Amino acid sequence: MSKDNQILEDLNSKEYEHGWSVNFETDEAPLGLNEDIIRWISTKKEEPSWLLEWRLKAFKIWQGMTEPTWANVKYLKMDLQALRYYSAPKQSKKPKNINEVDPELIAIYERLGISLHEQKRLQGIAIDVVLDSVSVATTFKETLGKLGIVFCSFSEAVKEHPELIQKYLGSVIPMTDNYYAALNAAVFSDGSFCYIPKGVRCPMELSTYFRINAANTGQFERTLIVADDSSYVSYLEGCTAPQRDENQLHAAVVEIYAGAHAEVKYSTVQNWFPGDKEGKGGIYNFVTKRGICAGDHSKISWTQVETGSAITWKYPSCILKGDYSIGEFYSVAVTNNYQQADTGTKMIHIGKNTKSRIVSKGISAGKSQNSYRGQVQVMKRAHNARNFSQCDSLLMGNQCGAHTFPYIDIANPSAKVEHEATTSKIGEDQIFYCNQRGIATEDAVALIVNGYAKEVLNQLPMEFAVEAQKLLALTLEGSVG
Amino acid sequence: MLSIKNLHASIEGTPILRGINLEVKAGEVHAIMGPNGSGKSTLASVLAGREEYEVTEGEVFFQGKELLSLSPEDRAREGVFLAFQYPIEIPGVSTTNFLRTALNQVREYRGQEPLDAVKFLSLMKEKMALVEIDQKLLSRSLNEGFSGGEKKRNEIFQMAMLNPVLSILDETDSGLDIDALRIVSNGVNKLKSDTTATIVVTHYQRLLDYIVPDFVHVLYKGRIVKSGKKELALELEEKGYDWIKEEVDSTATV
Repeated sequence: MSKDNQILEDLNSKEYEHGWSVNFETDEAPLGLNEDIIRWISTKKEEPSWLLEWRLKAFKIWQGMTEPTWANVKYLKMDLQALRYYSAPKQSKKPKNINEVDPELIAIYERLGISLHEQKRLQGIAIDVVLDSVSVATTFKETLGKLGIVFCSFSEAVKEHPELIQKYLGSVIPMTDNYYAALNAAVFSDGSFCYIPKGVRCPMELSTYFRINAANTGQFERTLIVADDSSYVSYLEGCTAPQRDENQLHAAVVEIYAGAHAEVKYSTVQNWFPGDKEGKGGIYNFVTKRGICAGDHSKISWTQVETGSAITWKYPSCILKGDYSIGEFYSVAVTNNYQQADTGTKMIHIGKNTKSRIVSKGISAGKSQNSYRGQVQVMKRAHNARNFSQCDSLLMGNQCGAHTFPYIDIANPSAKVEHEATTSKIGEDQIFYCNQRGIATEDAVALIVNGYAKEVLNQLPMEFAVEAQKLLALTLEGSVG
Repeated sequence: MLSIKNLHASIEGTPILRGINLEVKAGEVHAIMGPNGSGKSTLASVLAGREEYEVTEGEVFFQGKELLSLSPEDRAREGVFLAFQYPIEIPGVSTTNFLRTALNQVREYRGQEPLDAVKFLSLMKEKMALVEIDQKLLSRSLNEGFSGGEKKRNEIFQMAMLNPVLSILDETDSGLDIDALRIVSNGVNKLKSDTTATIVVTHYQRLLDYIVPDFVHVLYKGRIVKSGKKELALELEEKGYDWIKEEVDSTATV
């Protein structure tokens, strides 16, 4: 018993590592949300009129919607009129390449351990960085350009590849989809765009790094990935934010399109500021992510390691439209202190012989609440659809909660759907066993948790996997006596 | 090497050990025997530092250090090894990964450099032969889905890797068939040296045919009530524990 108390007292003795912010001049929209603000953003970004129309339509739709309340999370509603919907670091002119980017901005990313200098990036990862509302730099553009791969900020894509944007924007997640997706469609400011042409295998990992810096600012980025027939791309997303007392909103949209025989791997390591140990502050992470396996034999694989955010509301999903298409979802969600996560996936089987696999590993510590919510839907035409789901929960201490909400909806009798679930506690026995072999308690917890999450961590690209392992250990540091 | 003086310990207020005295010197093998519930496993757990047990009286010196004031991990790093009666499962963590973490933490404590992958693997190969353990087993999740024999063999393998000064084997013979018993005992015997000592906790004499003790102690009601040479174990095998119980209970003045 005394050990349990000790556990709770020691909880989260480690402070959030990325909790600093930088003061530099910014270009900001006035506070609040209305049609004028949307026009302001659109003008600022020199957008074509079709995009402004699209935004205004989304705004009208959003006005008629209400905030969803079905998720297993409790929070004070955010006053959306008190937020700022656009904030950009002031630069005298738009940088043409990395050498023209404000050194102060580059310094921010160096501090996060992300080098924007191509020659310094040995790993061969092309990266697009988004600070508050705008993309500040994209690396390796030329190398990729030779293969016909487009990898740039969303704003740039609107200007340079309007035909692609018009064709795919909102095609996977319509603006009517949900409250936050509609809000994002109305006010999104930037994000990343990626197009892989037919038959091209992208030779490097593409990566976007998001950071919220300004106060009272929502980040509404949009990512669109289009993998044409028989192409392949692996995409990474990372995020951090400064430590602030008030809550900040992050309502992103990620759309993925995969043509016939195309494969897209999307990995996220989410480390937004989770709030302090009293539950004050932190990011509201209300994100809509969905991919469509449009062509036959296509594959979309989501891998996420969620350690940050005060509240997470996120269900990266796959629409398996093409015959023989495959959808995968691998997730580790860690919550500590007062964090709340309601996350999972939807696998919609439409095509014949479609397969999906769900592996979800929840880890709850402190007074946190961690829910898995998943839907497996097999439509009438989807002959021989197969799904395997595994949802495991690991509890640390006795004041946290783990919940599982699986929905299974089958309209075709040939479907094979399996669901496995387990709940376990990190045992004092396990820790003592490690101790008896000379392993300190903190390291024992890291070892046990990483072992538990191994199946998911194995899905991450090497460099990310190491980072994710450290992040898991860090998030849970001090949570066992 | 190990000196236990008047050790009392209890769990949730119930006294289990009521004044243990024991001296173990380098090079010796001591067997602790006794009927069920006499406190054998408790003694092993208290020496290893399990927190559920509260030491209420007495002291323990290990190589001159006050053992009871050390954390469980520091006891291990000082060279105390406990082969568990029921080894614990750790899903997703291979024996190899587990031992590499353990060995390097022990080495760090002793001011040694961590072993690189090549040296670690060659050390593994060398020790694997000692307990006739299969490489495949070592890359599986630690103890998960292992048979009783595999678990015990794995414990002795860990012992070989960590090279302890004092090894405590807690009912290592339970759940072993005769072949596994022979392999495990051979491993223990090969690891014995003039500078190390072994405490074998067991209910049956069977194990002591293989690991021959220098001294046998009978634990009953939390005290060592009889000590002798290895012949005592044979006598116990023949006559059971009842005669000792009677002897103790009749002389006990309450």
